[in-house]
Amino acid sequence: MGPVNVLLDNIDLYARGFLGTIELFVVSAIGSLILGAILAAMRVSPVPILRAFGTVYVNILRNTPLTLVIFFFAFAYPRLEIYDLSYFTRACIGLILYTAAFVCEVIRSGVNTVPVGQAEASRALGFTFNQTLSQVVLPQAVRNVVPPLANIQIALLKNTTIAAGFSVTEAGGIYQALSERGANVFVGLLWVAVGFLILVVPLTLLQRNLDRRWSTAR
Amino acid sequence: MTDTPMIRMAAVDKHFGELHVLKDINLEVERGQVVVVLGPSGSGKSTLCRTINRLEPVDSGTIELDGRALPAEGKALAGLRADVGMVFQSFNLFAHKTVLENVMLAPLKVRKQDKAAAEKNAVRLLERVGIANQKDKYPAQLSGGQQQRVAIARALAMDPKVMLFDEPTSALDPEMVQEVLDVMTGLAKDGMTMLVVTHEMGFARRAAHRVVFMADGEIVEDSTPDDFFTNPSSDRAKDFLGKILTH
Ligand SMILES: Nc1ncnc2c1ncn2[C@@H]1O[C@H](COP(=O)(O)OP(=O)(O)OP(=O)(O)O)[C@@H](O)[C@H]1O
Ligand SMILES: [Mg+2]
Repeated sequence: MGPVNVLLDNIDLYARGFLGTIELFVVSAIGSLILGAILAAMRVSPVPILRAFGTVYVNILRNTPLTLVIFFFAFAYPRLEIYDLSYFTRACIGLILYTAAFVCEVIRSGVNTVPVGQAEASRALGFTFNQTLSQVVLPQAVRNVVPPLANIQIALLKNTTIAAGFSVTEAGGIYQALSERGANVFVGLLWVAVGFLILVVPLTLLQRNLDRRWSTAR
Repeated sequence: MTDTPMIRMAAVDKHFGELHVLKDINLEVERGQVVVVLGPSGSGKSTLCRTINRLEPVDSGTIELDGRALPAEGKALAGLRADVGMVFQSFNLFAHKTVLENVMLAPLKVRKQDKAAAEKNAVRLLERVGIANQKDKYPAQLSGGQQQRVAIARALAMDPKVMLFDEPTSALDPEMVQEVLDVMTGLAKDGMTMLVVTHEMGFARRAAHRVVFMADGEIVEDSTPDDFFTNPSSDRAKDFLGKILTH
């Protein structure tokens, strides 16, 4: 069986797997951006409890291996019998909770590069804390934040394979199915790698493009 | 009601850690009055200015604006700050907005004015500070003097009851100082209540009703410009004037 045949004969597996990856990635990417932004707002908030919560969250999650987080949601969570969730949902939650910690830190350091005078002027004009953040600080932070955010999302895309290690219909899970079908697993995995490249390259190009555009703008 | 001072500070104290920056400050600024705050570097002038809209909270004492005590952090404080214009040494124009947008932003978002009205008012104010022809530029494209005049227009757009200036001309090249002082003198003539921290003695003499001299966190003198410049009573003020006027 030639290498191309491994791909063509199992195209159903690949299609399903990569669709799974894309779905997992898109949901987790959006979720982690939203949660990360909320956490970042907490970390710069004037309310001490919120600040403390944000700090503790980020420090715990950043120092926990992703495998452990996913492991928890794959095996420990169902035993807690809180609420029955599909594996896909649990994988998303794990990836979101983990990735949001990194998103938070990137947004926060982007916020910190905006001179304090900007926030002071806005407070002096009567903007509330939320308005100061949304009208003045975040729009300026975005320029510093988007390139590293893209890196985090690329890492997330690769991290979906860890979720797959605990089995989802997802690109990284293909090899199991391949070996069950008796196909050449090594060649099969090369195709998985090619597939990931195809997913990552556009993200990288987009990131570089944004980088260039914003460094030339004023 | 007309008797309530616009700004009233009573027994205000503030520390930065060990440093006692404001010591038992008592100061009232009447409606329409222009008060210039002088003093050597580090004497607490900026801190005084910034406590008035609570950009710096104080340790103890009362601060009232137009008869209302400063509320704690939150919506009420934001509402009160909207009535107090502030102009900074470093301009602090919003870097991601054009000149016109800078002036319109707070009226739109804080005062909820409609766009046409906010724009009309913004253009009028930019004309008043002599900068309407630059309204579509970004702050970074303007000179310091132009940026500071935009900052004044931005503060005026909120129709403030009082304006605070913290060394508005100290970051400017000498040839741009006058254009900013002219705008401020115009405001003073129009009856705006102003508290101005500055080293511009000419402005203090011409536009101020009162001069407050600070040293080491204390108000040492509080008198008319004439009295202060010709007949200072404290040694510290004499010393300060000696240094300023000889160079
Ligand atoms: N955020 C802060 N934290 C700690 N110390 C501060 C802070 N802001 C000011 N200080 C200190 O408080 C003292 C008074 O500062 P302030 O800026 O009010 O002086 P100033 O009279 O405005 O001086 P200048 O003419 O140099 O602007 C100074 O010794 C300064 O170092
Ligand atoms: Mg100062």
